Amino acid sequence: MATFGVIVFPGSNCDHDAYHAMKHVMNCEVKFLWHKDTDLTGIDFLIVPGGFSYGDYLRSGAIARFSPIMQEVVKFAEKGGPVMGICNGFQILLEASLIPGAMMHNHKLRFVCKNINMRCETTDSLFTSGLEKGQVFNIPVSHGEGNYFISDDGLKSLQDKDQVLFRYCDEVGNLTEEANFNGSIDNIAGITNDGRNVLGMMPHPERAMEKILGSEDGKPIFDSILNSLSIA
Amino acid sequence: MYKAKVNVTLRPSILDPKGKAAHHALQNLGISQVEKVRIGKFIELDINADSESAAKEIVETACAKLLANEVMEDFEIEINQ
Repeated sequence: MATFGVIVFPGSNCDHDAYHAMKHVMNCEVKFLWHKDTDLTGIDFLIVPGGFSYGDYLRSGAIARFSPIMQEVVKFAEKGGPVMGICNGFQILLEASLIPGAMMHNHKLRFVCKNINMRCETTDSLFTSGLEKGQVFNIPVSHGEGNYFISDDGLKSLQDKDQVLFRYCDEVGNLTEEANFNGSIDNIAGITNDGRNVLGMMPHPERAMEKILGSEDGKPIFDSILNSLSIA
Repeated sequence: MYKAKVNVTLRPSILDPKGKAAHHALQNLGISQVEKVRIGKFIELDINADSESAAKEIVETACAKLLANEVMEDFEIEINQ
């Protein structure tokens, strides 16, 4: 059984959601890893959780990227270790250049906290291999800076290499401008890196694990991850 | 000791919603002569360096590594004694 590591920065606030999701819903081993830790021994999968690491000073994720554990996360990812950054975690992975692009303020300047729909765009990744292409997920978002940006060349490369894993859509899966509530380029909600072992996504699947809490649409994503880890 | 002033601005090709909102508010205030607003960051640094060129190099490294995100931002540096 895979052991998950959830990184805790000063200002993380979805670390316990991620811990609960993996420990109590998925029945996995989970360890919290403090931002000053540098030992990832025994960790099979890393989650960089949401929140406001270091108060989002300067830019979201800009300071967290230089914390001691992030140097180890970069090494772990470069060796092919699977890493999932959710929300602020996505922003940190972007700042650390583990995935390409940058985050800007939501185009309407509002902090958006609601359930949205996103669509699985490819099953060619360890995170999405158990999903269906075109499958729609209703899961929460909660961010002010989720307006994904990348240069035209960078976007073309993401598309050509099938690195867009999730896009914002309406409830039946159409990629509309209205569904793209934060103004992200090409409706992008989640992408993977060139090596396909790092995922960054703004929506929170770890907050959509149990029906009693509103949605369990996040669960298939973690089922897919666990399945991929058990095969690997 | 040198003092550096750094201006970090969004790249011209990137939409600046904060600037647009401020521009809109200025229009509402009747300051309609303002045709465009772009909002960036101003950062002051005190630098311990032997020469102006050494100070500039330090600030350039600081900007490239942390103070600006070159995916979407540009920076300008001014060094004074």
